[in-house]
Amino acid sequence: MGLKEIVLTKSIYVFHVSSGSCNNCDIEIIAALTPRFDLERFGVVLVGSIKHADAMLCTGSSNRLAIPRVKALYEQMPKPGFVIAYGSCGASRGLFKDSYNTCAPLDEIIPVDAYIPGCPPKPEATIAALAKLIARVRAKKAVK
Amino acid sequence: MKFPAYMFAFLVFPGFVFSAVAGLMAGWVDRKVTARLQWRVGPPWYQNFFDILKLLLYKETLIPRGVPKAVFLGMPALGLAAATLVSTIVLITSGMPKIGFIGDVIVVVYLMLIPPITLMLGGFASANSLASLGASREMKLMLSYELPFILALAVPIMKCGYVIRLGDIIAYQRLHGDIFASLSGGISFFVMLLCIQAKLGFVPFDMPEAETELMGGPYIEYSGKALAIFKLTKAVMTVAIPAFMIALYLGGIKLTLDGIVKAVIKYILILTAMIIIKNTNPRVRIDQAVKFFWGIVMVLAAVSLVLAFMGR
Repeated sequence: MGLKEIVLTKSIYVFHVSSGSCNNCDIEIIAALTPRFDLERFGVVLVGSIKHADAMLCTGSSNRLAIPRVKALYEQMPKPGFVIAYGSCGASRGLFKDSYNTCAPLDEIIPVDAYIPGCPPKPEATIAALAKLIARVRAKKAVK
Repeated sequence: MKFPAYMFAFLVFPGFVFSAVAGLMAGWVDRKVTARLQWRVGPPWYQNFFDILKLLLYKETLIPRGVPKAVFLGMPALGLAAATLVSTIVLITSGMPKIGFIGDVIVVVYLMLIPPITLMLGGFASANSLASLGASREMKLMLSYELPFILALAVPIMKCGYVIRLGDIIAYQRLHGDIFASLSGGISFFVMLLCIQAKLGFVPFDMPEAETELMGGPYIEYSGKALAIFKLTKAVMTVAIPAFMIALYLGGIKLTLDGIVKAVIKYILILTAMIIIKNTNPRVRIDQAVKFFWGIVMVLAAVSLVLAFMGR
């Protein structure tokens, strides 16, 4: 664990990508940032531009319309950056698995570093996933 | 002073290194007080240093296609140089009033305009419609706050017997008491507080950046080192502009132990006042901001100018 891993994990700016989600996960993301849980304690800030981001938080089932956008956003993210699949839809397409419109789960479109299952995941689950991601980065398993 | 001394003053103390570190700490005070006002815990004190280190050392700097590279990457550097020059001149002169030249108040006012202009040009250069919109708002905001700012600045100049040397203003206050204590000084201090709120892009007047509608405005296409330099510019300005106010209204910095402690307390009070204004007000529209600055604030500034002319 060098300076790079410490610096990268102490200050994670998150960009929120909604690839056809039902807004349930999106509300829970905001809940994780509000006073009760306050992710800013760990340096997590929600940013508006993908160019400022260190992590993509992808919600939704990544339908056909969204796939080119998700790819473009992944390419625009300054590296090193992480991708987190948020919610059941992000992790595995959820109940849209057999839909004509969702042809692949997120991790077959872009490389995913962490999964947060749940419909929607609780803020506690978000924090637990963040801790696991930080441990992975510090063990040099997830830095690209 | 000789050339190496100037370079040391510009690059280390009280120039770049000192003001950047102090500005990042001020940025932490901002985030922490904001968090406490929102009943959150807030980040630890070293948070801003990690943010800057991350951007400076490890993140990629992306340049969009079809962008003039020299303007896109040169503007942040120019802004940081101007901001550092402001903080160097202001901090040295408020500590040692004898150093300085006639007209340095005017030089400081013009140098303070360069960081917003570089931000504007960087925004226009970054080939993004949201960045252009943010840059055009920045331009309107600059036009609106600059007039009351200069009118308010005229009050200390007038009260000190029409001097345009920062050192003379401070020397006058050491003899005759702070300008803030007089009626016109108090009013123009308040006017200038509102203007620097806009100058630093704090919330009621942060419509150029507008995280929720413009996604960062002129900053939107900046990443990595260029974004870090813009953030450092903002940090340096967060030190330089309140220090300029302390020099104009509150007697500068006496170079004794309790003088320095008093100056730091004054700085933190001004900063906290701005943070509280920031957290208790929603963002206004650009037309509301122009109306506010050219209406009420202008009238207040004019009243303080008339009072200063009458010797109050």
